[in-house]
Amino acid sequence: MSHSKMKSAIDTFLKGKMSRRDLLIKAGKYGIGFAALTKLMGMQVTSALAAQDFDWKKHSGTTIKLLMNKHPYMDSMIAELDNFKALTGMNVEYDIFAEDVYFDKVTAALSSKSSEYDAFMTGAYMTWTYGPAGWCADLNDFIQDSSKTNPSYNWNDVVGNLRDACSWSGVAGDVPGAAGSKQWCMPWGFELNSVTYNMRYFEKAGMKPPGDLVEMTDQAEYFTNNAGSNEWSYGIGTRGSRSWATIHPGFMSAYANYGLVDFENNGGKLKAAMNSQASKDFHKQWVKMIASSGPANWSGYTWYEVGNDIGAGASAMIFDADILGYFFNGNPENKEAGNFGFHGFTPNPSASAPTPNVWIWSLAMSNFSKKKDAAWYWMQWCNGPENAMAGGVKHNQVNPVRESVWASGDFDDKIRGTSPGYMEQYNSSIDGSKIHFTAQPLFFETTTEWAAALQEMQTGSNVDETLDKLASKIDRMMKDVGLA
Amino acid sequence: MKINRKLFPYVLTLPALLVCVGILIPFFTAVYYSLQRYNLKMPHMKGFIWFDNYVNIFTDPSFWNTIRVSLTYTFFTIIIELLLGLGIALLLAKRTWLNNVLGVLLVLPLMIAPALASLIWRLLINPNFGVVNYVLSFIGLDGFTWASHPDTVLFTLIMVDVWVFTPFIMILLLAGLRSLPRQPFEAAELDGVPEYYKFFRITLPMLFPFILTASLFRLLESIQQFDIIYALSQGGPGESSMVFQVSAYLQTFQYTNIGKAAAMMVVLWAICYFLCHVFVKQWHKLKIKTKGELLQ
Repeated sequence: MSHSKMKSAIDTFLKGKMSRRDLLIKAGKYGIGFAALTKLMGMQVTSALAAQDFDWKKHSGTTIKLLMNKHPYMDSMIAELDNFKALTGMNVEYDIFAEDVYFDKVTAALSSKSSEYDAFMTGAYMTWTYGPAGWCADLNDFIQDSSKTNPSYNWNDVVGNLRDACSWSGVAGDVPGAAGSKQWCMPWGFELNSVTYNMRYFEKAGMKPPGDLVEMTDQAEYFTNNAGSNEWSYGIGTRGSRSWATIHPGFMSAYANYGLVDFENNGGKLKAAMNSQASKDFHKQWVKMIASSGPANWSGYTWYEVGNDIGAGASAMIFDADILGYFFNGNPENKEAGNFGFHGFTPNPSASAPTPNVWIWSLAMSNFSKKKDAAWYWMQWCNGPENAMAGGVKHNQVNPVRESVWASGDFDDKIRGTSPGYMEQYNSSIDGSKIHFTAQPLFFETTTEWAAALQEMQTGSNVDETLDKLASKIDRMMKDVGLA
Repeated sequence: MKINRKLFPYVLTLPALLVCVGILIPFFTAVYYSLQRYNLKMPHMKGFIWFDNYVNIFTDPSFWNTIRVSLTYTFFTIIIELLLGLGIALLLAKRTWLNNVLGVLLVLPLMIAPALASLIWRLLINPNFGVVNYVLSFIGLDGFTWASHPDTVLFTLIMVDVWVFTPFIMILLLAGLRSLPRQPFEAAELDGVPEYYKFFRITLPMLFPFILTASLFRLLESIQQFDIIYALSQGGPGESSMVFQVSAYLQTFQYTNIGKAAAMMVVLWAICYFLCHVFVKQWHKLKIKTKGELLQ
């Protein structure tokens, strides 16, 4: 009796007519624990999907194989995977690799035209390589096909900027998402680059999170100069390794906020624009901040060191992925867990809102897969509304790519309860967020060179000369492939 | 089953021939790719460009920087490792209980994968919590920049390489020292020959084949070093520690530029071949010289 009542309560909850708190209270009344409740919810969602006018069992018995990166998003997918298996009768195998080697593995698998993997995790930038090389399938062929896509999938529920960022025509300089773009991947989770700060430290210093880049520099300097007698070691954490990954988070978000671009596009011919006067001025400000108040061994900093330092209380703030702060804030093993605040950051005093460059963990389909239709079943389930909601509410799928999840009261409650300012930074940043790089095939070459130049400037090279040298090097690279 | 006597030598060499073919196939594949514009992300541009990849890399200042850094790294690692390895081997040459224990302990760094050793060192020299920095702070060197500055990055990388690979040289030279014939030393002892004379005129000449073998092994490994450098600096800051293997790795896996990476690897092969050739030639010369000196 209590079971059927509970089922009806879950049904009401899934329809959005009952809050999570009320559901938990009801579950408590019927003596159902949290673990059992989440299991019941999963089953209920699966039954609801199965009841649709869509043949979820079409590929029953088929096994697909995924290539995945070790990530909390992956963990939340695995936690729900049994529901997919029950819904479809399919089997899912997967290989998981650490991020350090993950993209090498993807490149090796795809470039060898291996059919071992049917779908894989990727970033949107990577598809600028994989797509034109013919390694991944255009998902428009599946999304637009109503015989292959379940009626409640609702592609338009995925945040528009993210959908666009995952598509590209393949023509250098074309804007992602413009007419003629192919959907090389679908967003699964994303990162907005904003400020995560240690509220305890800021309170002690009598400061509010920075209003612009100059203020950020001043605050970072204050923290660094006062490190000796305090718990922290330095002011601001950003990435600095010799990699494209140094450019895309905080740096590019700030760069774009000043209205600066990486390339000038003259009818498909690209010219490096990092050495414009405005760009040089921006670089001077950035380099000043990092050199005076960044970590001493900045040139080795990846996301891991940036996150670790704020988690351990070494840095006072970071300008990096919001989810990095979120995860380090939520892990009680970190000394400063629970002390972080989040802040949508507008570096340019003349800009009206933040413009974070976005990183999107996405799902793509291998063009060499022999089970594309079956793989698509998994993909539409994985970033479908039900699983996205489960990931966002029950697991750690921050940030979900569906607007319906962000609008959900339960997700809102969960995030506000643990991460002060997180929802506000999302709301202030999402409209201005996109990939601010010019889409072009030499993305990794040019951004790695850019990172190397930043390292040189941080260690004392003349900013103007270094940027002129960088621009001419990049122009030469573009010319070699007929793009300049 | 009887094998024809004439064919028998060829049958015996067959396994070596197969191994040789196994080595040559990738080599010629690399040469073949190095003559093409072959970038995986631009398949429509694939085609023979003959020596353009070589022309491009030889006219690129970054490439000459890579050569300079690779050779500097190789030179200093070999010299320091040789001197240290030889010194330790001489100290441990006498078979005593303590020397045997120390010999085992000193080999431990060699048992750690270089990438792992780099990560250990990365923690040791971390400015926030590294033990080395803490110790250095007592002599006023707590701000040492290690792998984060172009002026100190090579020093740091060479230091880690020396830490990992000196035991390798030490083992080889220790084995060499312990296998040297006793008679020349006994004769010198009877004649009251000074120690330094014994070292320079007897020990060192007889040890030269071992020194050359150890140097050759280290030369080949040092010039192709990847793990330590990638784990500690990724070739940076800027281009200050960019070596062949890191550059080729980036070209292959990050930039998918197979043609250029293959051309770089062929150039690296040519440098290795040349240096090995010089070494082996010197080895033969020294062997003949040493034999002659000993006969005298």
